[in-house]
Amino acid sequence: MKQTKRLVILGAGTAGTMMANKLRKELDRDEWEITIVDQVKTHYYQPGFLFIPFGIYKKEDVIKPKSDFLPIGVNVIFSEIDKIVPDENKVLLTEGSRVLKYDFLIVATGAKTAPEETEGLAGELWYKDIFDFYTIVGAVALADYFKTWKGGKLVINVTEIPYKCPVAPLEFAFLADAFFTNRGMRDKVDITLVTPLSGAFTKPKATKLLSSLLEEKNINIIPDYNIARVDNKEKKIYDYADQEVAFDCLVTVPTNMGDAMVARSGMGDDLNFIPTDKHTLRAENHENIFVIGDAANIPTSKAGSVAHFAGEILTENLMCAIEGRPFTASFDGHANCYIVTGNGMGTLIDFNYDTEPLPGTFPLPGVGPFGLLKVTRMNHYGKMIFRWMYWHILLKGKEMPISSQMSMAGKKL
Amino acid sequence: MSQKEYAGVSIAVNDEGYMTESSQWTEDVAKAIAAEEKLELTEKHFAMLKYIRDRVAKGESLTIRGIGKSGIVDIKEFYQLFPGAPLKKATKIAGVPKPSSCI
Ligand SMILES: Cc1cc2nc3c(=O)[nH]c(=O)nc-3n(C[C@H](O)[C@H](O)[C@H](O)COP(=O)(O)OP(=O)(O)OC[C@H]3O[C@@H](n4cnc5c(N)ncnc54)[C@H](O)[C@@H]3O)c2cc1C
Repeated sequence: MKQTKRLVILGAGTAGTMMANKLRKELDRDEWEITIVDQVKTHYYQPGFLFIPFGIYKKEDVIKPKSDFLPIGVNVIFSEIDKIVPDENKVLLTEGSRVLKYDFLIVATGAKTAPEETEGLAGELWYKDIFDFYTIVGAVALADYFKTWKGGKLVINVTEIPYKCPVAPLEFAFLADAFFTNRGMRDKVDITLVTPLSGAFTKPKATKLLSSLLEEKNINIIPDYNIARVDNKEKKIYDYADQEVAFDCLVTVPTNMGDAMVARSGMGDDLNFIPTDKHTLRAENHENIFVIGDAANIPTSKAGSVAHFAGEILTENLMCAIEGRPFTASFDGHANCYIVTGNGMGTLIDFNYDTEPLPGTFPLPGVGPFGLLKVTRMNHYGKMIFRWMYWHILLKGKEMPISSQMSMAGKKL
Repeated sequence: MSQKEYAGVSIAVNDEGYMTESSQWTEDVAKAIAAEEKLELTEKHFAMLKYIRDRVAKGESLTIRGIGKSGIVDIKEFYQLFPGAPLKKATKIAGVPKPSSCI
């Protein structure tokens, strides 16, 4: 009889849940024990948070019990993770001071908002006139606030790069425009997007389309802006050159950081993201640790779609590592993001480390084609269908009809 | 890709004026690029440029937060040294690629 080996997965969010499902199928049950750890029992569909402030989704629409998505044959532990001790191949849990030993470790502890990183942000006006929509609490509080808001200066500010789902702040601006238009009070709301990026997006072709949409919808943009502090009395934000922007309602995307557990383990960079090989997905300094999802420092979007594509690569490379073969799969940074533009319309971008989002059509067997960098009704449905796909296909680790490597089919240079 | 003359040397630059051959960089070239940006370089500037070149040579990414932790300047001082869009300006003068904020 073979000795049992242990695979431990840290975090049962999008990426961890998906990996548990994929690997339980892949690894021999007699030979491999799989354990997954998370501190909360509820799974949040984070892309749905965007719609909550505008009453399109309610809290119930974005939550389900984590246990519904974890496969039989995987040990599930609900506890905070204290830290990883990589040199001893073990993980310490807060609950009952438990110790988990591992042969291979997958870190999928994601990223979270850290408003306390910016002076005055989590101050007097927090959840009074300053909100985030990256947490369920913030999104629900903002929905309540908008119900009776009389209008004024709505400032949407991105604090720092990188942040999850880079198009979400733009989508928020588009949805706000539609929401206040439909309420007959758009003339009372002045919408401004204040961002550290040099424009609406980083890459030229997507920036062009998205900037023209902002203009069309009368949304102002202030680029190259790095917020330094918030003055709660004056209701103004300031950057490091003291450039001020006044607000009545500030919607912030606070600094996004990896979990403090990463710092406690001594494994993170300045923002607690784990240095990870962008092609193999192995932690740079640790042979038997892989990193997937928002927790990794790889230079692509922090998005569920990215975690999905990376999942196939990770599965293959983990098998290589287990069997002592050279890695055969290489991640290309593939991201595929639907962008809602308001009033039942949307656009789509598909890109990777080397290829910027290009216009054209995106073939999706059975459903598509979708228009790339075009505003269509079909793309809006794409985003709405994504929730169904997320719960039923992505988390379960099933194959989606999109390949993990980006394809040039349909794209126009 | 084109060539531009700085401090009497022909330097390879891209469409946005960023040097493409980091090895062509010298302090005189830096001064000449800075002059175009209407900046006169002090010792503090050079300390920062050196820090930036070192980070890039090591393949590390440059962020405003990282600059704040450089131990040379805080972010506010960095803005004073390279007013406007400081990271873009500083990288241009340091002869390294414009930081690509990947998303
Ligand atoms: C507003 C918003 C809109 C978005 N829109 C989109 C979109 O349209 N398309 C898209 O593809 N992506 C979108 N995303 C991004 C997507 O949700 C994330 O990229 C994805 O969920 C990342 O998965 P993950 O597994 O890395 O992290 P998560 O799903 O966040 O999971 C991390 C898990 O680790 C656990 N954990 C962390 N630290 C510890 C600890 N110390 N102890 C125990 N447990 C711990 C957490 O409890 C959590 O369950 C959006 C995100 C937001 C916030």
